[in-house]
Amino acid sequence: MATTLTQQQEQAAAARPRPTTRQGAVGGHRNWLAGVAGWLWLAVVVIPIYWIVITSFKLQSSYYATNPLAPPTEPTLRNYQMVIEADFAQYFINSLIVTLGAVIPAVLMSFMASYAIVRSASSRVLRIVNSLFLMGLAIPLQATIIPIYLIIIRLHLYDSLLGMILPSIAFAIPLSVLVLSNFIRDVPRELFESMRIDGATEWATLWRLAFPLTRPAVVTVAIYNALTIWNGFLLPLILTQSPDKRTLPLALWAFQGQYSVNVPAILASVVLTTLPILILYVVGRRQLLSGLTAGFSR
Amino acid sequence: MSVTPATTRGRHGSLAWLAVPALVFFVGFAVIPLVGVLALSFTSWDGIGDISVSGFTSWHAVLTDPGLPHALWVTFLVMALSWAVQTPASLLLGVFLAGRQRYRAVLAVLYFVPLLLSSAAIAITYKALLDPNFGLGAGLGIELLAQDWLGEAHLAFGIVIFVVSWQFIPFHSLIYQAGVRQIPRSMYEAAELDGAGRVRRFFSITLPQLKYTIITSSTLMVVGSLTFFDLIFVLTEGGPGDATRVLALDMYKRGFQANLMGPASAIAVILVLVGLALALLLRRLGGRDPSSSQMEGA
Repeated sequence: MATTLTQQQEQAAAARPRPTTRQGAVGGHRNWLAGVAGWLWLAVVVIPIYWIVITSFKLQSSYYATNPLAPPTEPTLRNYQMVIEADFAQYFINSLIVTLGAVIPAVLMSFMASYAIVRSASSRVLRIVNSLFLMGLAIPLQATIIPIYLIIIRLHLYDSLLGMILPSIAFAIPLSVLVLSNFIRDVPRELFESMRIDGATEWATLWRLAFPLTRPAVVTVAIYNALTIWNGFLLPLILTQSPDKRTLPLALWAFQGQYSVNVPAILASVVLTTLPILILYVVGRRQLLSGLTAGFSR
Repeated sequence: MSVTPATTRGRHGSLAWLAVPALVFFVGFAVIPLVGVLALSFTSWDGIGDISVSGFTSWHAVLTDPGLPHALWVTFLVMALSWAVQTPASLLLGVFLAGRQRYRAVLAVLYFVPLLLSSAAIAITYKALLDPNFGLGAGLGIELLAQDWLGEAHLAFGIVIFVVSWQFIPFHSLIYQAGVRQIPRSMYEAAELDGAGRVRRFFSITLPQLKYTIITSSTLMVVGSLTFFDLIFVLTEGGPGDATRVLALDMYKRGFQANLMGPASAIAVILVLVGLALALLLRRLGGRDPSSSQMEGA
């Protein structure tokens, strides 16, 4: 019905002389309000970012003397050197270990669970498991942090990277299962059927059929989780104590507390910690953005 | 892995083992903590020593503390105001970005940069940028901009709303962009032929067609705002005084700074209940997917 409507409208449109200004009804040139919002937002985003970047190349002494929005007259890497000397390589490695250590198992386990949920939709046990995961989307990490702290202490994992990894895995699972099971559901039944006729086990079908076919979804989910965990602040704040166990966001905060008057150095630390994600953004912008809205705009 | 269910014909119950790893992590670090926080609210614990059952002592302390209505009020204000700022802005930007003009695609690359930064990095940047002595306003010598932004209750509150919006508008405009692009173009063409103006088209086509997008985005904003912790913690630490002390921050301060885990757990339970109530309320208003109601604090 929708198509016939469209056809009728197209015919009607063709029958009349086209108005000259009819380009882009959706967010077209004439929507000045959205246009103003667009350019205004650009300024709101770009000015602070521009300020962060140029200031990070200024000397602390010249920072106070010059116009803050003017580019540095003598660009310096002194601030970056200072940040690196403050052990940021260690924090970077910690963040990397926690992120990969949580994302890889979380995505693999979620994939296995999603496969089971989709392939045995009739199983009552798995239906309960699925609704449990869905319910999990509504559990805020903050509200459970005190018992998590208690559990991690009792497991003797306080102040360790593993202590941050375990809860990160748990909180990555619900959304991953939601998105992955949606995609596995789209794999044609006949493909599963032919694998079965060929005598493949479910375990083999899972990894050799379903996994490759849903790879884009797997990447999307992995990116979303990686960004969330990489930028996470609460778990390292609560579950670690020694400086050498810090991840980047916590290290940033500590660095800022220590050098609060050295604005250029603080901003250099912000740039340096964001750089890896910025590179990812440049390399795979589409993947990253679709990862960010995983499960929400579908 | 030793189980190889070759007998999949009609009986899929045997697949449940695939969901076991995900289930173990999820139950261990999300479900048990959720139940645990309720249990802990009936105990007293300083975070280090022994836990002792104390009945309703914590609840009594929390419910009679004038700090609770204040924290609830601040949380509500943050929620309402950040929604009121973000929704129209994201909607307009979403419409703007839905246009296929090339310059908009270029602008879009810059728009989403705030999404890449961690809350800690954003808060640290704004703290430096707004500093009355070393910040941007002071450097430019513009007195209006060189106020003690984070030192005065009303200003600090406004800044929290601004920074929250700066961080999350890109995410919501992505959702709106996807929503706008799904509206059939023919609807606009038909309306145009009927002589509907730009404003009319927006209110009688764009807005109604985006109903579900608005509900999804609003749910994420409202329920997500309960979990703003990192940003406010780093930016203002709840201050000045307790002007920006939202519920999640109140919980942290009671638990991990005042070492009163019992009352902090009671606050966490309130946090969960408020979140659930809001998610259900918004679902009543016509949402289709209650499960997408909450990202973790992120």
